[in-house]
Amino acid sequence: MTLLDITNLSLSIGAFPILRDVSLSVQTGEILAITGESGSGKSLTALAILRLLPRCTQVTGHLHFEDQDLLAMSEAQMCDLRGGQIGMVFQEPMTALNPVQTIGAQVMETLQQHSTLSRAEAREEARRLLTRVGLPPDRFPLSRYPHELSGGQRQRVVIAMAIAMRPKLLIADEPTTALDVTTQAQILDLLRDLVHDYGMGMIIITHDLAVVADLADRIVVMRKGEVVETGSTPQLLAARRHPYTERLFAASKHRPTLPARPPANPAQPPLLELRNVVKDHPLPRRHLLARAEHLRAVDHVSFTLHPGERLGLVGESGCGKSTLTRAILGLEPCQGGEILLHGTPIDPTGLTAQQRRKMQVVFQDPFGSFNPRHQVARLITEPFHSVTDAPVGQERSDLVAETLRAVGLTPEDAHRYIHQFSGGQRQRIAIARALITRPDLILFDEAVSALDVSVRAQILDLLAELCTAYGLSYLFISHDLHVVRSMTDRCLVMQSGRIVEQGLTEDLFADPQHPYTQRLIAAAPVLPDLQTGAA
Amino acid sequence: MSRSLVLGGVLTGLVLMMAALSFVWTPFDHTAMNIPTKLQAPGAEHWLGSDHFGRDILSMIMVGARTSIAVALVAVGIGMGIGVPLGLAAAAKRGSWLDEVIMRANDLVFAFPSLVIAILITAILGAGAINAILAIGIFNIPVFARVTRGAALSLWQRDFILAARVAGKGRARISVEHILPNVANLLIVQGTIQFSLGILAEAGLSYVGLGAQPPVPSWGRMLADAQTMVSLAPHLALVPGSAIIVTVLGLNLLGDGLRDWLDPKLQRGRT
Amino acid sequence: MEPKQFWILPLCGLRRLWTGSQRPPNLPVMGRYFAKRLLSLFVSLLVASWVIFFVVEIAPGDPASFMLGINAQPDTIAALRSELGLDQSKLARYISWVGGMLTGDFGTSYTYRTPVAQMVADRLWVSLPLALFALILSTLIALPAGIFAASHPGKSGDIAVMSATQLGIAVPNFWFAMMLVLIFAINLRWFSAGGFAGWDAGAWAALRSLTLPAIALALPQAAILARVMRSALLDILGEDFIRTARAKGLSQRQVLWRHGLRNALIPVLTIIGLQFSFLLAGAIIIEQVFYLPGLGRLVFQAISARDLIVVESVVMLLVFAVILVNFLVDLTYALVDPRLRGTR
Repeated sequence: MTLLDITNLSLSIGAFPILRDVSLSVQTGEILAITGESGSGKSLTALAILRLLPRCTQVTGHLHFEDQDLLAMSEAQMCDLRGGQIGMVFQEPMTALNPVQTIGAQVMETLQQHSTLSRAEAREEARRLLTRVGLPPDRFPLSRYPHELSGGQRQRVVIAMAIAMRPKLLIADEPTTALDVTTQAQILDLLRDLVHDYGMGMIIITHDLAVVADLADRIVVMRKGEVVETGSTPQLLAARRHPYTERLFAASKHRPTLPARPPANPAQPPLLELRNVVKDHPLPRRHLLARAEHLRAVDHVSFTLHPGERLGLVGESGCGKSTLTRAILGLEPCQGGEILLHGTPIDPTGLTAQQRRKMQVVFQDPFGSFNPRHQVARLITEPFHSVTDAPVGQERSDLVAETLRAVGLTPEDAHRYIHQFSGGQRQRIAIARALITRPDLILFDEAVSALDVSVRAQILDLLAELCTAYGLSYLFISHDLHVVRSMTDRCLVMQSGRIVEQGLTEDLFADPQHPYTQRLIAAAPVLPDLQTGAA
Repeated sequence: MSRSLVLGGVLTGLVLMMAALSFVWTPFDHTAMNIPTKLQAPGAEHWLGSDHFGRDILSMIMVGARTSIAVALVAVGIGMGIGVPLGLAAAAKRGSWLDEVIMRANDLVFAFPSLVIAILITAILGAGAINAILAIGIFNIPVFARVTRGAALSLWQRDFILAARVAGKGRARISVEHILPNVANLLIVQGTIQFSLGILAEAGLSYVGLGAQPPVPSWGRMLADAQTMVSLAPHLALVPGSAIIVTVLGLNLLGDGLRDWLDPKLQRGRT
Repeated sequence: MEPKQFWILPLCGLRRLWTGSQRPPNLPVMGRYFAKRLLSLFVSLLVASWVIFFVVEIAPGDPASFMLGINAQPDTIAALRSELGLDQSKLARYISWVGGMLTGDFGTSYTYRTPVAQMVADRLWVSLPLALFALILSTLIALPAGIFAASHPGKSGDIAVMSATQLGIAVPNFWFAMMLVLIFAINLRWFSAGGFAGWDAGAWAALRSLTLPAIALALPQAAILARVMRSALLDILGEDFIRTARAKGLSQRQVLWRHGLRNALIPVLTIIGLQFSFLLAGAIIIEQVFYLPGLGRLVFQAISARDLIVVESVVMLLVFAVILVNFLVDLTYALVDPRLRGTR
């Protein structure tokens, strides 16, 4: 039975058209995935179904839920529908719950909004629901506040609220994007089970094609507010009719061509070596006179990185990989151990100018990585700050031009401001900033995590290219197993501040030894092999 | 450009021009008394009327604008000059004893409302414009320190600061080169707000006799003089009151307008 | 529960009223927060007393000759010096000043020859009710206005409220007071133009003579508070959890009252706390307009009489009131915001 039917839905905010003639439908018991890159309008489509759009939005077309015309319903009728017959789960679990209300109260609210249950009955039902989503009240009492739960646990509360009235349709907007890969797998399993148990229809919105392939019965691919292709999952995986779908899948599977791993040379000292590095974070004191306690963020970490090597560092959030990055960059002193660059230890008070020149970094956030008030030329020459023999005058502008060209931009871009660039271009500028001192080693701290797949594929290609052209070594820090697998020769796995496993990347992924690595690899959704050229 | 920016700019501009004009021209000498024409209602001779000594009110308002503006402006200068570096330092050394001391000292100054500070100062040093400036200026320091620190703290979390640190730049240099230009917008907006509060505070202080002393004219004292005669000649209270309201309203609208205009989030759509 | 933690229980009771929470709160965490705030209260008071004492110490020349003026006889000065204890060391004087205030002895006014504590107590019964009256008025006007504006953003009602508040902020309260006197006392004769009936004349008569002053104080403050309420509420209404609540089926109105308001209260409380200090100080000026025998008049008389003892004590008292109110605001935060109570 058709649960939801959308025909020719168009939507504009002010004078800007956002969605154009979107048509799709969901059957009872079916999981429909809407996928696409940022700006494709997939989230707004979901909000349009619930009529939770921002003000000044004009909607045209047909939106039918069972036999009701959603666009013709009054606001009061919509309120009955929301949470009652259609539940919704949002992307950001950290902010999706009211911080000053207990989780019990928030789950009970859905129940009491849509039924005449007494307070005690609602509380009992909330207990049952929280148990169902994996938060048994003996461990997670109803009186918990959101700030006392982890991201995954909060997302479970949001799901409990969404399914409280056993809705016929569940809409999940990027429900696992903000979560770690093992948590993601658990939440996806939970959603799948719920759909099965309750016989709901579900729309899952995600940019991650591996999740889509794994979970969905049918797939809708969107681009710039339009549906480009619809089809059942097996059908779409077998043959992608639209070139954009083809490109999207290709980019997700994309593996750049890396130069061969240089042979190990025992005579040459490692480029970077860590020996038993320990880094503590102070914890808040229990009371004024208590002894200061510490959280061991990095726990006796040792590894080496040889010249020309691409080394990966994988771990989930909070495992200490960012702290380790900062320690290597000499931004924060360590509590123990040694970090050696080219065989010389890094001074705990900071790097020397020569060391800074040899080691550069690219950060994750393409929007926060640049001072918005400086021009590109000034931004990318910032690493010359401590370099005494930095080029000046014409030599400097030539170097800027050459570096911009190397990362695929034009020399004219040197005099533009950062807000004039897209996310992918910004990440190219970040690479230019790291490249300008002609370093030996570049650290990538989740450098492609914020990018759309097609942009990400281009940046990975660029990195492979630069690696050959400039003889660079990389330390690639990421939570994304696919990226690490396609970009590195050797790989380290980090859990709670320790390196639990290391080895050649292909060996490690093919035959993980440590239970944590095994869990991690098993949890990561994988896009099945595609038949190329079958279309 | 928003309506409030234009309206605020025009009102503020008018007041500033009036104050500037008073240096070269006023309808009458603002100190010249003329008892026979005392308490005249606004008319052809005295456009805004005359007071109980027959002095021309428009001339007094024009010269009084100078006092108000000077006191409020210098007080904002004191607040910015001391508060902004303190706020930058506190943010650069977040959580250190320096941060703690600066913020606690701020809280303490907040516990002395500007009027209480003024009372203390005048009780010791005597009344006068300089002491009014001090009293208002001291109160501005924690305001600017707080605003600067708050904005700077969120900037310190950004990756571009990390990039600057990787390049080997020190905290002081980062504060000046990266933090200050990015909080400047906020400081300009806060500056106009504190300017308007300064005008109000100066009027209040001179009303109770703690501000500028005679013969320097001030809007607050004109109101104090008017109080006993308000039923006979309401214009004595209405005119200086309106002058204060127009000035403060203009500055507040200007601040609101600037806030929207300089907001980088809204700015992106404009470029 | 350890016995020493019993003192938090009243606070917990309040909290239960507020949140309807069934579970006993995390006492050590709340206790830590309370203790930290209490410590900061004492440190602030201590430093404030140093500042005030220091400022009076640096008075140009000798406090005794300053108080008596230029033409004083040397032997009168010497007599005052010993009366003020100026022949003792600074530390001894500071200790006796603070010690005196702690036991309710604020010294003796030089000009009036009466105990300062008695003078202050009489005046406090005018100034404090006035400030509280104004605070209540301002809150009663501002919160509904702010909530109304925030629930119709961009509509004509919002624009009207916002324009009114813009004007309200620009109006000096003492000028507004003069206009109130002109209209309601002189022309309409609904209220007296000034003076205080005294509490002996009955609560009604006393409140009546405080009404115009309280309105004059409250309206400009209400304008500020309404704007804060509106922007805090609008900020909260833009949060993700509001959208979650809407997706549960709550109407715009229900979301505003159940989820928006309590979160928006956090910044609003801060401003209410700060406003109390403005109102106390503002009351000093307004008392001049209405000839009210409050702390303000006392302080101005003391300044013109150069009675430093009175000035010092009254200023310390005002500062104490402000610090105390901010301490209470900090405690209310912990009731409103569970995050301040820490994790378990």
